[in-house]
Amino acid sequence: MNVHEFQAKQLFAQFGVPVPRGKEITSPEAATAWANELNTPVFVVKAQIHAGGRGKAGGVKITKDKAAVAGLAKELIGKTLVTHQTGPKGRQVHRLLLEEGANISKELYLSILVDRDSGWPIFIASTEGGMEIEEVAEKTPEKIIKELIDPAVGFQGYNGRNVAFALGLNTIEPAVMNPFIAMMGNLYRLFMEKHAAMVEINPLIITKEKTIVALDGKVSFDDNALFKHADVQQMRDLNEEEPLEIEAGANNLNYVKLDGNIGCMVNGAGLAMATMDVIKLAGSEPANFLDVGGGATKETVAAGFRILLKDPNVKGIFINIFGGIVRCERIANGVIEAAKEVKITVPLVVRLQGTNAEEGRKLLAESGLKLEVANDLWEAAQKIVKLTGKAA
Amino acid sequence: MSILVNKNTRVVVQGITGKEGSFHATQCKAYGTKVVAGVTPGKAGQDVEGIPVFNTVRDAVKKEGCDTSLIFVPPPFCADAILEAADAGVKLIICITEGIPVNDMVKVKRALRGRDVRLIGPNCPGVITVDEAKIGIMPGFIHKKGIVGVVSRSGTLTYEAVHQLSTLGLGETTCVGIGGDPVNGTGFVDVLALFEKDPETQAIVMIGEIGGDAEEKAAEFIKKNVKKPVVSFIAGITAPPGRRMGHAGAIVSGGKGTAAEKMKTLESAGVKVVKNPAEIGNAIKLALGR
Repeated sequence: MNVHEFQAKQLFAQFGVPVPRGKEITSPEAATAWANELNTPVFVVKAQIHAGGRGKAGGVKITKDKAAVAGLAKELIGKTLVTHQTGPKGRQVHRLLLEEGANISKELYLSILVDRDSGWPIFIASTEGGMEIEEVAEKTPEKIIKELIDPAVGFQGYNGRNVAFALGLNTIEPAVMNPFIAMMGNLYRLFMEKHAAMVEINPLIITKEKTIVALDGKVSFDDNALFKHADVQQMRDLNEEEPLEIEAGANNLNYVKLDGNIGCMVNGAGLAMATMDVIKLAGSEPANFLDVGGGATKETVAAGFRILLKDPNVKGIFINIFGGIVRCERIANGVIEAAKEVKITVPLVVRLQGTNAEEGRKLLAESGLKLEVANDLWEAAQKIVKLTGKAA
Repeated sequence: MSILVNKNTRVVVQGITGKEGSFHATQCKAYGTKVVAGVTPGKAGQDVEGIPVFNTVRDAVKKEGCDTSLIFVPPPFCADAILEAADAGVKLIICITEGIPVNDMVKVKRALRGRDVRLIGPNCPGVITVDEAKIGIMPGFIHKKGIVGVVSRSGTLTYEAVHQLSTLGLGETTCVGIGGDPVNGTGFVDVLALFEKDPETQAIVMIGEIGGDAEEKAAEFIKKNVKKPVVSFIAGITAPPGRRMGHAGAIVSGGKGTAAEKMKTLESAGVKVVKNPAEIGNAIKLALGR
């Protein structure tokens, strides 16, 4: 789960990571009120959406004129920002962060996540703050500093010194050495205690006043650990999520919307991905990823149908089930019952394999439903691609 | 011969009185696995289809001599369950549970380091040595005793591959699901090493997916150490970057962990990579010259 920058900064403040004074704003009136209270030489108005690249897309405004803040807020609220991370449709802005400006002397990069190779938390730091870290890693890999943290003992002073000296803070600005190291320890605590998946500060700045400040902040959380954190759950912003994905989640389905024409419904995540890949191989594009789970039932299949059919791009549906513990004839009955409940308006190919597959296929063939039955994955993919080709 | 588990493996099922636990413990036993004990705290003295239940893994090990644990404990309590099994002296821990917090696994993995215990999973279908022991949730009957070792990050996609191998008459030795989580116990490399040493295994199917660099590590290992033919499929060539595809570990982040990159790396290590998952069985057949 992702959260907004203003929420990330609230967490930073809570854990002793320095941030600019700022507040979430949802109206020009509130902007004026907070600007008066802030009373700072420079005001920064930042659109809050769950995507990077806001600056380039015109989502960040800076002014020295307190009277201009309300106007900027008015301009940004309701605006649709298109960045390299939002896709062409862009994302509408519902809230802003209004904060004080900073005197930047140097921009750094700092993040923490779990290193999948070692299974240990890892800090990634760079002197190239303000740039996309992937770009830095590709063009100047020597400028990427990595520090693994042993989870048995947690963050130690030497971890901080390793990073601080590697960044050259002792020559850039010795006064921030110790605050920087202390801040890393605080970030580690935030990361572990709140079960974050990633915490990123880009840029982390050294100010002309010789302090360090998290000028931006991005935090995402481990969905599997949300049950431990009611406060984090409350940070969820449904405006930032795909409506069909919200509906799928409410039905315990794992769904990701894509841009193709063939809706697919599969049991198991790996097979669901493989099914998408086979659709592409057969010459079309998948409309979604949908894993109905190991125990596909009439209810889950019906919910799946409803979600797939709400996507206007879907021109055909491919159901691919490998029956294991759940027998295919039960799944076939589920499909038949669900198809009666939900009016299927597009071509449907059902591929059943595994336990009692033949009985399942027979039930489907005799159901009177308009659908094609297939045994083999490749045969099924070719069938649905051919059928949607005609339908389109 | 086979790897990891066989007809002598003595299994304790943690979380045996739960819905999943009791169902699968019974299924495993019916397959012929020596499921000799179950654990649910507070339910000692009960039995599940004749399998005695104990309060602690320590008791189960003492009374029944279990060497392997199969875990169905719900995610919030799973890290505890894994560590309990390790502490009780179980040598192989197979964790089926999906949804364990990553930080819990970070701590578990660290705690198991350097100890004489192997963790398979979590978020995996388990391990099966055909006709000897089924320790997991896979449908036993699709397997056929044979010559191919299977290792995979996925569940149903593994069944797909197994079904092809069985239908073609090649059959399998042992199938190992290493799980779809970002931090797991045993990786591809360890299982590949075991298959390479196993005299019955003549070829290996490795099923990977987007996210992380487990496949790249495997490629490096195969290049240096594996003489047996390896066929691989990597799921997720159509997956968009930055989106989690069902499995917690299946995500392309920062341009890393793409299917295309993994396929390329594996091919350069001499692995036969198939783009169509329906071709896995045939590719093995071809590689073995049959």
